[in-house]
Amino acid sequence: MAVRIESSGEGMTAFLTGEIDHHTARQIRETVDAAVEKSKPKNLYLDFSEVGFMDSSGIGLIMGRFKLIQHYGGRLTVTGTSERIAKIISLAGLERLDIFNNAQ
Amino acid sequence: MKAINEMKVTFPSRSSNESFARSVVASFVAQLDPAVDELVDIRTAVSEAVTNCIVHAYPDNIGEVTIVARIYPTGRVVIKVRDKGIGIENIEQAMEPLFTTGGEERYGLGFSVMDSFTDKLKVTSKKGKGTVVTLEKYISMRQRQAKQF
Repeated sequence: MAVRIESSGEGMTAFLTGEIDHHTARQIRETVDAAVEKSKPKNLYLDFSEVGFMDSSGIGLIMGRFKLIQHYGGRLTVTGTSERIAKIISLAGLERLDIFNNAQ
Repeated sequence: MKAINEMKVTFPSRSSNESFARSVVASFVAQLDPAVDELVDIRTAVSEAVTNCIVHAYPDNIGEVTIVARIYPTGRVVIKVRDKGIGIENIEQAMEPLFTTGGEERYGLGFSVMDSFTDKLKVTSKKGKGTVVTLEKYISMRQRQAKQF
C-alpha cells in the first residue's frame, strides 16, 4: 500500500510511501478521500517523508486534497517534502499556498 | 555523431507501466555513471512523457508506447518517447504551463517538468498519427573520463 492513514483527535495523517506517479496517485487519492469523507478531520496532514520519487501527478494529489479538506472546512498541511519534491512544487507555483510545514 | 549504445522498448499504455518505463531508461543511462540528481531528472522527465501518452494519446484505449534511448560519446543522452495516438492539435498551447485537457487531477505541468529537468525538449505531432517527444540530457563528465568511451 502506498499510503498509511493514522487518526488522532481531530487530525488525520496520511503517510505516503514509495513512488508517486499518475498510477499510484489514483490509489492514494481513493484511500485518502475515503478516510477524509468518513471522519471529516479538522486537520489533514500529508506526510511525504517516505516518498522516494514524485512527478507532477503529486501536484494533483496535493491540490485535490487541499480542495477536499477545504470543502469540509478543514485545513491541509504538507510535511516532509524533499528538495526534489519541493522543486516540482515550486514549478507548479504551489509554494505560495500556506500549507507547507517541513519542520514538523 | 553516431550513438555508442541504444535501447528500444515497446509496451502497452497502461498506467502500471509508468514505473517500468522510467526505471528501464534509468538503468540504461546508469552506464554513464550519472549523478543521482541527473538520474532523477531523467526518471521524472520520462515519467511525464509516458504519462502524457497514457492520459492524452490514448484517452479511450490502450495503445503502443515506444521508447528509444541513445547514448552519444559526449555524454549526451537522447530519449524519444513515441505513441501512435490521437496527436496534439496545438503543440504550443499543450506546452503552456497549467494548460491541460487531462481532467482527473491533471494540472498541465508535464511539459514544464520535462523542459526544466532536461537540456532540450522537442515535440512533434501529427493529428491522428501520434506524437514523438524527444528529451535530451547531458550527463556530466565526472568519472566517465576514466571509462572506455
